[in-house]
Amino acid sequence: MNSDQAKPAYIFTAESLRKKFRFSEFFAEKLITSVAFLSIAVIILIFFFVFRESLPAFKHRLKATTEESRASAGNKPENYGSSEPATSEKKPETYKGEEKGTTEKKPETYTGAEPTAAKKPETYTGAEPTAANKPETYGAVKDTSVSADEVNPDESLRPSEKAENQGSLISLFGIEWFPVSENPRYGLIPLFIGTFKVTMIAILFAAPISILAALFSSSFAPPWLREWIKPAIELLAGFPSVVIGFFALMVMATFLQNMFGYVTRLNSFVGGIAMALASIPVIFTITEDALTAIPATYKEASLALGASKWQTAVFVTLPAATPGIFAAVLLGVGRVFGETMIALMATGNAALSGLNPFESVRTLAATIGAEMAEVVFGDMHYGILFLIGSLLFIFNFSINAIAEFYIKGKLVRKIQGR
Amino acid sequence: MKEAKIITRDLTLHYGQKMALNSINIQIPEKEVTAFIGPSGCGKSTFLRCLNRMNDLIPSVKIKGEIVIDGLNIYQKKIDVVNLRKKIGMVFQKSNPFAKSIFENIAYGPRINGHNNMHKLKEIVETSLKNAAIWDEVKDRLHDSALGLSGGQQQRLCIARTLAVEPEIILMDEPASALDPISTGKIEELIFELKKKYTIVIVTHNMQQAARVSDYTAFFYLGELIEHGKTRKIFTTPDIKQTEEYITGRFG
Repeated sequence: MNSDQAKPAYIFTAESLRKKFRFSEFFAEKLITSVAFLSIAVIILIFFFVFRESLPAFKHRLKATTEESRASAGNKPENYGSSEPATSEKKPETYKGEEKGTTEKKPETYTGAEPTAAKKPETYTGAEPTAANKPETYGAVKDTSVSADEVNPDESLRPSEKAENQGSLISLFGIEWFPVSENPRYGLIPLFIGTFKVTMIAILFAAPISILAALFSSSFAPPWLREWIKPAIELLAGFPSVVIGFFALMVMATFLQNMFGYVTRLNSFVGGIAMALASIPVIFTITEDALTAIPATYKEASLALGASKWQTAVFVTLPAATPGIFAAVLLGVGRVFGETMIALMATGNAALSGLNPFESVRTLAATIGAEMAEVVFGDMHYGILFLIGSLLFIFNFSINAIAEFYIKGKLVRKIQGR
Repeated sequence: MKEAKIITRDLTLHYGQKMALNSINIQIPEKEVTAFIGPSGCGKSTFLRCLNRMNDLIPSVKIKGEIVIDGLNIYQKKIDVVNLRKKIGMVFQKSNPFAKSIFENIAYGPRINGHNNMHKLKEIVETSLKNAAIWDEVKDRLHDSALGLSGGQQQRLCIARTLAVEPEIILMDEPASALDPISTGKIEELIFELKKKYTIVIVTHNMQQAARVSDYTAFFYLGELIEHGKTRKIFTTPDIKQTEEYITGRFG
């Protein structure tokens, strides 16, 4: 450009119009592009890391089957399903303190007395379901007090084998989540039910409240009030969820229990309402923006036709903002779905699979939060937790994808005409 | 002059501190087209919006004086603005169909007035579209989005939407300013038809348009009504020099 300034600008010469390489612009453009792709790459990498960590869950299963075949080929030193020496193969990390008390069991012994001890270092369970040592199976549906040599096909398996079998992929679809039981079961169904229950309750509370609040703020409130409402609700978005969880745990739980008189103090209802508190600001803000973005000409057109403010808001503004509102609700769902702290504190954390909203539940995210710090690195339970993480990721991703590509387009067409 | 439909008495309007209209006195005759002309910012649109109280939506607006329609001052406290606007339709400068189907756009007005009978609604929609001279163009795609229509069609759709509520007065705020000559011609023809049934007030920047469609013309300048009278007279022998200068294009 500098060289051109001397000449009059209107002269069209090959020199003045030649393509120029602007390095700084080129560099900035490439930088911005790479940042955009980098963030996508980071997200994908995180997902793959999480997913890779969940692979041990699959590996354990494979190992279990090979061992089974090996064991059946060679000699099997321990009897099927009896409570003797076989138990000494137990590794120290069996989570059962009571077991140490039982005489025949020496969890610490690494003695290779039993060949199986060397063979299966990864079995951290393998305790026999004898009456003596299973106080910690919390309310297992299975009656483990039955003597082991009964011909229950499941019970008759070798203890370690049984554990592995229980922890197999099929058991992921079971309704029992007992990851640290002597006989671990990793049924994800109760976790899913819990998560969906809490999410439903939270969204059923949060969505109407925040959409109506946004409608009020955008269509009815006088300007000075609007300037107060919006920041005030948005302030709630910055609230640490642990504080909301604490409030739910200490105050809301008692209050709601007194009000509704249900039995379990901490349950999906309390958790859901607490999470609604967390997701209201998210839904409100985005809905409010969507409603405010509706051009004033729409409202004027409606008012000029003799519609009241109320009719205008409900029949014109709200439908026109549907895509934005839909996105807002989905973001709210995402917030609740991944919410960990409130779930840990207020939902009771019992993996029950009933549909009663006044029952304790355990959500997927809370399960990771509660158990990740205590699992053995690389074992089955560890893998399953990461598997849950990947599932959370996939689920959130697919909600958004469905919203983006399918429902949004269809809804818009339906409301705004084809 | 036919019987006056709208009479204003000393109508003065302030935006905050700024005076936008200065004691306007005008009589607008029934079932005729009255055009407001004047340079931008002279208050003609503001005045038009006073007639159906759309200015109420702007918080800083203060209005003094009276607007009397059929002997009733519409600025007295007891007046329900919502019902008032049902009787005074408005077409805006920029066509603003709702993001709904063509049918729903027209049916919206009758619906909020309590017509829910589908058969009746269809009838109203058809009549309105026919009266707005757009029926033939849209009858096969009533359930398509109104946003897919061309600009001129959208504007006629908006007129049809206004007609569907059966108003007595139609206010048009530069209805053809964003349209091509052919669409403009159609709108003007339409106005010509509509004045048989409705009192029409139209704001326009287009001198020829005012001359073509209107029976009466009012010239506004700097918030004041300078001259008002039969269009023919205003355009041929105006009483006031300013009017003549504006019409002949010497300023504005």
